[in-house]
Amino acid sequence: MAEMLSVKNINVYYGSIHAIKNITFHVDEGEIVTLIGANGAGKTTTMHAISGLLKLQSGEIDYCGQIINKMPAHKIIRLGLAQVPEGRRVFSGLTVQDNLMMGAYTRKDGKDAVQNDLDMVYDLLPRLKERRGQAAGTLSGGEQQMLAIGRALMCKPKMLLMDEPSMGLSPLLVKEIFQIIRDVNRQGVTVLLVEQNAKMALEVANRAYVLETGKIKMEGEATELANNIEVRKAYLGID
Amino acid sequence: MQFLSNLIGGVSLGSVYALIALGYTMVYGIARMLNFAHGDVIMVGAYIVFFTFCSGGMHPLLAILIAMAACTLLGVTIERVAYRPLREAPSLAVLITAIGVSYLLQNGALLLWSANPRAFTSVVSVSPISLFGGQLTIPGNTVINVAVCLVIMVGLTLFVNHTTPGHAMQAVSEDRGAAQLMGINVNATISLTFAIGSALAAVAGALLCSSYPMLQPTTGAMPGIKAFTAAVFGGIGSIPGALLGGILLGVIENLSKAYISTQVSDAIVFLVLIVILLIKPTGLLGKRRVVKV
Ligand SMILES: Nc1ncnc2c1ncn2[C@@H]1O[C@H](COP(=O)(O)OP(=O)(O)O)[C@@H](O)[C@H]1O
Ligand SMILES: [Mg+2]
Repeated sequence: MAEMLSVKNINVYYGSIHAIKNITFHVDEGEIVTLIGANGAGKTTTMHAISGLLKLQSGEIDYCGQIINKMPAHKIIRLGLAQVPEGRRVFSGLTVQDNLMMGAYTRKDGKDAVQNDLDMVYDLLPRLKERRGQAAGTLSGGEQQMLAIGRALMCKPKMLLMDEPSMGLSPLLVKEIFQIIRDVNRQGVTVLLVEQNAKMALEVANRAYVLETGKIKMEGEATELANNIEVRKAYLGID
Repeated sequence: MQFLSNLIGGVSLGSVYALIALGYTMVYGIARMLNFAHGDVIMVGAYIVFFTFCSGGMHPLLAILIAMAACTLLGVTIERVAYRPLREAPSLAVLITAIGVSYLLQNGALLLWSANPRAFTSVVSVSPISLFGGQLTIPGNTVINVAVCLVIMVGLTLFVNHTTPGHAMQAVSEDRGAAQLMGINVNATISLTFAIGSALAAVAGALLCSSYPMLQPTTGAMPGIKAFTAAVFGGIGSIPGALLGGILLGVIENLSKAYISTQVSDAIVFLVLIVILLIKPTGLLGKRRVVKV
């Protein structure tokens, strides 16, 4: 499989705080790769570095054969690299449908194609269709998460960065969200998934990296890591 | 009848405040900064109308269009040169820069056009409306001020709520990072906001000087501060808030001038503002939000 995203020796700082310490990892086309780690490990920082919201101190990020770490965020998404940010960050004053259309902001392939994808998103996430005229701020947490995913899908991404999509959701909704991740991946979208919910993440992913205080501590096949004693102790709560 | 006339005068003045307040409120809502120099852009717009129309004899509409184009260019340039480099800087640094730009414009005008007040000829040639058998006359200026203000408010509301660039503005206003993740160019959106605000400032300048026909380099300063007050009054960041705040401010100012005292009318305006903000800190129509000025 071809390498789609390659993160090479990146370092990210917040002022003098060294948040990401020389990490390297990659995602192949068609994969679901997960980055697991405790709160504050640097998962969101890594996501923002890839999507261009944060600048690197050093290192390189390649995506589909292009170096993207010098590009502004609003251009990176044009390459088909979309992010579902932590905490959903939907536009609460806009309607559900207008939020989805914001996701299609960069598209130049015509109204019909966008309408097609809108229908596709509504098929995948029928609850959004029921609420399409409602302000996004009035949705429940689970619905907002679905909206954030739908919004990212509206740009026709080749790759989706998902930052803790299960955060704050009931177990039933978490299951539903992970099923959506599987469906999206089956439709040909490569996924980089960040999670604190290591159990679910390792179930859905092909490969995984464990991030600890800004460094990659372990990596491997997801099933392999799920059976690793250290991972089981630290992240799965099993002795 | 006299009261009604004073009230209508207040609405007329308030319409101009509302137009100016729009510039403050949109820039604040989207760029999260207080563009202190906005009032002075009004003054520049008024001078351009003065030279093209009052002393140049051009058609007033053409003169206003030229002023709008020039102010748009000025506003966008100010943003590009003075504010954009400070995008990540503390808001106090931006505020101080804006005050500096305000002085720069006033002193530039002083240098170019001198401190001599110019007598401004009204751009409005609509005849007054006479009501109640001549007991109440509504001046042409008033009719135009209110009409222009309403048309612009409606147009802008439609633009913000029903067009893609308008939605992009709302997105940047709510969450700059998430907007970037949608592919929205934040700098371009902020430029567009300054362009719209500055074009409206030119219109406001022409209308203001048509009602109060004395133009000098400091002409924009006080109306600018009052319109900013109006924007805060209505809830900064809110377009209907700018309208409501502007009209209320104009009415309070005019009525206190008529019935209390001309000298303290401004003090009364600010007193009412303080009281309102004590009761409702976000302004009349404002949403709750972390404010950093
Ligand atoms: N805006 C910020 N300013 C300063 N430090 C930050 C900022 N955001 C995150 N950090 C710090 O960087 C580290 C990594 O944070 P983050 O990437 O959000 O972790 P995670 O997403 O894994 O919970 C933490 O120690 C956090 O305190
Ligand atoms: Mg995080």
